[in-house]
Amino acid sequence: MSSCLDLPQVDTPEGEGPIAAPEPVFEQPWHAQAFALTVGLSEAGHFSWADWVKRFSATLKEHGHDRALNGGEDYFAAWLETLESFLAEIGAASSAQVEHTRARWEEAYLTTPHGAPVKLAQ
Amino acid sequence: MPHDHHDHPHALLPPEPALRVKALETILCDKGLIDPAALEEIIDTYQNKIGPQNGARVVAKAWMDPDFKRALLQDATEVVRDLGYYGRQGEHMVVVENTAEQHNMVVCTLCSCYPWPLLGIPPGWYKSDAYRARAVREPRKVLAEFGVTLPPDTSVRVWDSTAEVRYLVLPMRPEGTEGWTEDQLVALVSRDSMIGTGLALAAASVIEGVEASNQSVEGTAE
Repeated sequence: MSSCLDLPQVDTPEGEGPIAAPEPVFEQPWHAQAFALTVGLSEAGHFSWADWVKRFSATLKEHGHDRALNGGEDYFAAWLETLESFLAEIGAASSAQVEHTRARWEEAYLTTPHGAPVKLAQ
Repeated sequence: MPHDHHDHPHALLPPEPALRVKALETILCDKGLIDPAALEEIIDTYQNKIGPQNGARVVAKAWMDPDFKRALLQDATEVVRDLGYYGRQGEHMVVVENTAEQHNMVVCTLCSCYPWPLLGIPPGWYKSDAYRARAVREPRKVLAEFGVTLPPDTSVRVWDSTAEVRYLVLPMRPEGTEGWTEDQLVALVSRDSMIGTGLALAAASVIEGVEASNQSVEGTAE
């Protein structure tokens, strides 16, 4: 882990080839999913991108008080927290609904035999 | 990572935040607020289709065509839209030109605003607190960590991106590239050179070809 003042894991400018995309673009599948959900909701007109950025910046600032964020997992943790509170605020998904559905997914994973597709029980 | 047993009688449980994202997706799809196909399209676009190659194309064109460059510096949003690179959030694009007198560097101090249509998703370091804070406070030191040392009389200007305005740096054209084709020039334009944390690659790095690209570059950011 890098110290607070050091840049975490800087890519060498030439080492990765001149036009390579950052590798990987998303470190975890859920990072990509949280990103896509947010962009999709904004594009569908449920909130403006500027409103999203305002809230997300505030969360990052709050999280950054205690320690320097590395821009990876902690960045998307802040992203998800912002998205959840934003969706609760606009009445799209309450925290109770999210917890209930999360628990159903957890249950589905724990009761689906390894290798079988995981689906929510109806 | 939750990883309780060595053998898995049941499907491997994804990490907690992944389950929360799945829950959001389920709720929003059930309510018809989001289309799962649209989500897949967004992921595919940003993972596979949009990346620094778009910005590199714009830079190479600007190096080759003075009229294009003039128009680009005047109103980049219009010019890049004509090339098919437009902001899905309707953001305004501004291109800032590096010269012998001024080097430009881009940051987003608030979060991670970035010219997505031209560069794709930002690298982790761009989103880190360290870069976001230090790029403004001590840009030359940050540049040095990226292996960039500027002449002392070159000033550094740092541009702070917002939700509405995204910046792209137009790096200086490397010497010895007169008469090069657009594709050859594109190969010199690194992602970091368009953020301003790098310079365009030297002509020699491409002429030397494959051997050069196989050599790993010394760490520049220790």
